[in-house]
Amino acid sequence: MKITQKDVSYVANLANLELTETERLRIEKDLNSILEYVDQLAEVDTSNVAPMAQVSQIGAAGVAADPLRADELRDCLPHEQAVAAAPQTDGTFFRVPKVIER
Amino acid sequence: MPEDLDLNVLTVSSARAAVQERQTTAQALVESFYGKIEAEDRQPGQINAFLNLTRERALQQAKRMDAIVDKGNPLPPLGGVPVAIKDVMVTRGIRTTAGSKILGNYIPPYDCTAVSRLEAAGAIILGKLNCDEFAMGSSNENSAWGPVRNPRDLCRVPGGSSGGSAASVAAGTAVAALGSDTGGSIRQPAAFCGVVGLMPTYGRVSRYGLIAFGSSLDHIGPLTKSAKDAAIILRHMAGRDPMDTTSVDLPVPDYEQEIAKPVRGLRVGVPKEYFPAEMDSEVRESVEAGIKLLERAGCEVKPISLPHSKYAIPTYYVVATAEASSNLARYDGVRYGYRSPNAKTLAEMYRRTRDEGFGAEVKRRIMLGTYALSAGYYDAYYLKAQKVRALIAQDFLNAFKDVDAIITPTTPTPAFKLGEKSDDPLAMYLADIFTVTASLAGIPGISVPCGNSKEGLPIGIQILGRHFEEGTILRIAHAFEHARVSAAVH
Repeated sequence: MKITQKDVSYVANLANLELTETERLRIEKDLNSILEYVDQLAEVDTSNVAPMAQVSQIGAAGVAADPLRADELRDCLPHEQAVAAAPQTDGTFFRVPKVIER
Repeated sequence: MPEDLDLNVLTVSSARAAVQERQTTAQALVESFYGKIEAEDRQPGQINAFLNLTRERALQQAKRMDAIVDKGNPLPPLGGVPVAIKDVMVTRGIRTTAGSKILGNYIPPYDCTAVSRLEAAGAIILGKLNCDEFAMGSSNENSAWGPVRNPRDLCRVPGGSSGGSAASVAAGTAVAALGSDTGGSIRQPAAFCGVVGLMPTYGRVSRYGLIAFGSSLDHIGPLTKSAKDAAIILRHMAGRDPMDTTSVDLPVPDYEQEIAKPVRGLRVGVPKEYFPAEMDSEVRESVEAGIKLLERAGCEVKPISLPHSKYAIPTYYVVATAEASSNLARYDGVRYGYRSPNAKTLAEMYRRTRDEGFGAEVKRRIMLGTYALSAGYYDAYYLKAQKVRALIAQDFLNAFKDVDAIITPTTPTPAFKLGEKSDDPLAMYLADIFTVTASLAGIPGISVPCGNSKEGLPIGIQILGRHFEEGTILRIAHAFEHARVSAAVH
């Protein structure tokens, strides 16, 4: 599978990146070289292997997978602190450029 | 500050003792460290390990420690020990950038659990340490704030991504440091700079407040001058944290007692896959000599095989980048961090913020990860890599039926030159070839200095252990340090 400029544009769009012309060319070249290396995974027989998403899945001694906490209210970040680091805020909400044009 | 207190050799125990026994005050000790940082780290061409000095917070904590000593009370276990923190761990009220422009002015509203636990045990936070952007890199050249230089040779990289952490400990500008390890980012720089670096078991130390890269692979751990220091620090930050559901509720042993136990009779495996024919001959000789020392100390050395090792790098770069592409979606210029001023619409704002805020390697990994997760490629790449990951983990579980620990080189070569690999991402990724396997399996690993190349560059030996058996690898590391000292004497 060879990555083309069309793939780069498609993936950049999914990833919310714009990328300059130079960056797009560079990424096309890099992704092709990395994926060519990754393609060796195809030679491994994984027909009876369950995918491992978390370390707890493989049953290390005494470890319960994904413990759930009690569904109780806990303290959360005070509102003013939650918005304090925002690039633009009116103190209550985050401000962003207009979403709907008319 | 008494003349006989050499900051370069100060350890966790000796720093605490110096304050407790009034050889110095914690405040004077902190000022000496800041003096050393100003003299050796901050000028152009110097090490550049520190991004930010947290003087006010450090001196407040130092005052608290001095007051304890003044009252004649014993200091807490890390009382008065000056440490520094990789800038991927958030610190309340203190700028935290993850080495990225996109978080250039970010002031977090809370503390990382590992950091607050060290402070609760008396440690003094000197400042925040440089690293590769979002911990993505093996040379610290991907920092938005300039590369870190290796204190052992300023023309060379310190390794990465915890390059500032390893460099500060090696330079003696901090007694110990915290780093993070996703594919080798504690152990590889520890090897390059000639210090000890411990990646604990996944789940042993809370990740709360660690800026996420690959959540199923991210670990926090200490970089120190000795295995004993790593043991002390691990004990005081390990354990269940309700804020991280993957942190595990297991008892935390007293690792200082663990390391004092004898290593005689322990079985250590040497995997043939980690000694390929083409490997650097100085690294091979140094690590093989290290294995002989362990044998002489009473360990039983056994050849073993970890057959899926060769697939670890491709597996890692699919799993880690897929997780990264998802984790880094949060940087959109809305809630915190940088926002591009050059956008009129919301969609433009997202894109330009990310285009202008992220560096080249981070964009490359977001693109790779997004591709691996995209429709039509998910099964071929992401799902396939998760299955091979299971096989790599199974290799270790099988091996640990016959051995108590596994010994390998930490890196294929000693530290390379600045710029040497920065234009070839694949060559850079291969710097992690011996460290990614443990990250994928979630087992603990430690790198300990085991020798020097002819050019005087440090070489590291890696010791891997069973899940949650940090005590065993720390014990072997500690015995190894002693064996090296007595071998040098005789």
